[in-house]
Amino acid sequence: MGVDRRGFLKIAGISALLGLGGKTAIDFLAPGDLEASMDAVPLTEGKRWAMVIDMQKMDEEMMEKCIEACHSEHNVPDLGNPKDEVKWLFKEEYEHTFPGQKHDYIGDEVKHKNFLLLCNHCSNPPCCRVCPTKATWQRKDGVVMMDQHRCIGCRFCMAACPFGARSFNWGDPRKAPKELNPEFPTNQDYPTREKGVVEKCTFCAERIAKGQLPACVEAANEIKENVFTFGDLADPDSGVRAILRKHYTIRRKPELGTEPNIFYIV
Amino acid sequence: MYDGGKIIIGLIIGVGLLLSPFIYDAGKAAKAPDPELTAKAKEAKECVAETSYMKSSHMHLLDEWRNTVVRDGERYYKAKNGKVYYKSLQTTCLDCHSNKSKFCDQCHDYVGIDPYCWTCHIEPKENK
Repeated sequence: MGVDRRGFLKIAGISALLGLGGKTAIDFLAPGDLEASMDAVPLTEGKRWAMVIDMQKMDEEMMEKCIEACHSEHNVPDLGNPKDEVKWLFKEEYEHTFPGQKHDYIGDEVKHKNFLLLCNHCSNPPCCRVCPTKATWQRKDGVVMMDQHRCIGCRFCMAACPFGARSFNWGDPRKAPKELNPEFPTNQDYPTREKGVVEKCTFCAERIAKGQLPACVEAANEIKENVFTFGDLADPDSGVRAILRKHYTIRRKPELGTEPNIFYIV
Repeated sequence: MYDGGKIIIGLIIGVGLLLSPFIYDAGKAAKAPDPELTAKAKEAKECVAETSYMKSSHMHLLDEWRNTVVRDGERYYKAKNGKVYYKSLQTTCLDCHSNKSKFCDQCHDYVGIDPYCWTCHIEPKENK
């Protein structure tokens, strides 16, 4: 009847040996094949995406252009109501952007200036830690990604994000007021979201996969070059690293330890 | 049995009511619809995989596509014949199969399923 104790232990021992040798065996028999099939993100492999925004060169008009480009690219509706607002790229004044660094004697120019904000794609993202379904997670290239298929709309991530970069769809975005969104959905090649999911900036994951720059960077470049610098932090010769070496930059709420990857030249 | 007659009559009426939809529809099975191909799809001759596989398992392929695209960032699919496709329901599948109502919906309606792809993914504009 079946196997006896001795036979079972023999089989178990041999299987354990084979199991340990599995990857080595494949490497020996078909070198490189295993690595090739595991190759997940060819265009962004080994990268660490980050962005530097030069606020000295940025004006209100340019911010509007960037927001417009982003929101029309990603079918973000204008709901005409700040409570329900869906934000991927948005503006906020100095005091709310860098709350720890405000004092009474800042010049009016900076004090009343708007800053352009987006998801910080933190190296240590609290939103991903709290997501119960892994609908939001950090990719290997640093992009904090959203999987709308998995989001259950619990909004833990919104509570966890200290930057207000996430928005909830309280209603169906396709039912957004027609007079504010005459052309909605503006981009027929990109999905909309549905009622009950959280959304945010994805660093234009679909564009960087094709080797393009994020939509906001492209829109800004059409007006003025070098206001946005998007690039790879892992490469010491990249544009972002060069700018970070040359200029003094600040990040939002660094004291919280989330390690934002959006840098501002103020 | 007390009131046997009433019970039996009640049972007959009850069973009759229960079976009435089956009796009513007997011999009138709806014909399974045939998905219609657009001119563009006909011209391409083959889809990203064999027709038989696509007929039986397109939902598995689409599920794998969405997971690998969104979660692993693998956006290109190499078909068996070596052709490379951009993995996208909205821009690749529906580019050929732009007749969603005749290609997708009529079969889905026939088998009584309602995939929730279209709450987010944009349906092609059709001349119905």
